[in-house]
Amino acid sequence: MCEVIVVTSGKGGVGKTTTTANLGSGLAALGKRVVMIDTDIGLRNLDVVMGLENRIVYNLVDVVEGVCRVKQALIKDKRYQGLYLLPSAQTRDKSAVNEHQMIKLIDNLRPQFDYILLDCPAGIEQGFKNAVAGADRGIIVTTPEVSAIRDADRIIGLLESYEMSKIDLILNRVRLDLVKRGDMMSPTDVVDILGIPLIGIIPDDEQVVISTNHGDPLVETMSMAGRAYRNISLRITGEEVPLELTGTVSFWTKVTGIFLKN
Amino acid sequence: MKKFVFFKKKSSGNIAKDRLKILLISDRINCSPKTLTLIKADIIHVISKYVNIDEEHTEIILKKNNKRGNNKRPTLYANIPILDIHE
Repeated sequence: MCEVIVVTSGKGGVGKTTTTANLGSGLAALGKRVVMIDTDIGLRNLDVVMGLENRIVYNLVDVVEGVCRVKQALIKDKRYQGLYLLPSAQTRDKSAVNEHQMIKLIDNLRPQFDYILLDCPAGIEQGFKNAVAGADRGIIVTTPEVSAIRDADRIIGLLESYEMSKIDLILNRVRLDLVKRGDMMSPTDVVDILGIPLIGIIPDDEQVVISTNHGDPLVETMSMAGRAYRNISLRITGEEVPLELTGTVSFWTKVTGIFLKN
Repeated sequence: MKKFVFFKKKSSGNIAKDRLKILLISDRINCSPKTLTLIKADIIHVISKYVNIDEEHTEIILKKNNKRGNNKRPTLYANIPILDIHE
């Protein structure tokens, strides 16, 4: 059975596209048939994060408008068996596609895939509505910052109004040293505020920047973030993997931590 | 050490959390923090007529109902410690 997951956040720049790319790769590495759809029309990014930008012929709008068949627009990833990307259009805007067309497209893809990941644009306008319309479940990406969490809360409210039954949270760019020092909200704090289950914690990891520079997913790397994404992929498939908060803590944080406990 | 001077200072993580809590109250139901303060004052006023309450530890907050299911409406939680009951 196919599951359609929308990756959304409200606020821009919190890591939706990176998350979509890595969960797509992570699920494909587990042997699942996965298609990632970039629904950010006009500002396409998922293709570059995946390093597939030079292989685009047709895009999402072409498919919706009947210029080509879905199969022609799907780009097959060479690194992972069973992983495909449906890129967005760069020269059009959000109004080029509506919710009904999106639902029709997704229903068309369902029989061929185990997971359909929708990379949602920032904001709550038409692009968001399109991405959410066809989804079965939602993954909210946020960072431990006031602005990002505020937007995430709004998005959760909207997804609930769409009667989405399963909404999970990914907390991105967590710095263990700051959390320990009390200068960053902890995963517990964030879950306490947002009230939805946490499906993963991604540490702030320089490997994310390095992998994105190369256009490679980081799930296969030995990095902390790569490990976190692998674990989330497993949790999506229903496996129980304990949550962990990883990161580096400097020697001085440890020393002052001993004093601060008194 | 500078750190010990500010030992009692609230950590910025907690400041962020508290700011968010207040912010989300008004975001969630379009109720301004001012209205909530008025509600709080009125509740304390009414209850004080009958019992002595510990105002300092009284907590009246709006929470989103975290349980999934039918009731997703924001709920007003009041935690009012009673010192003693008026005769």
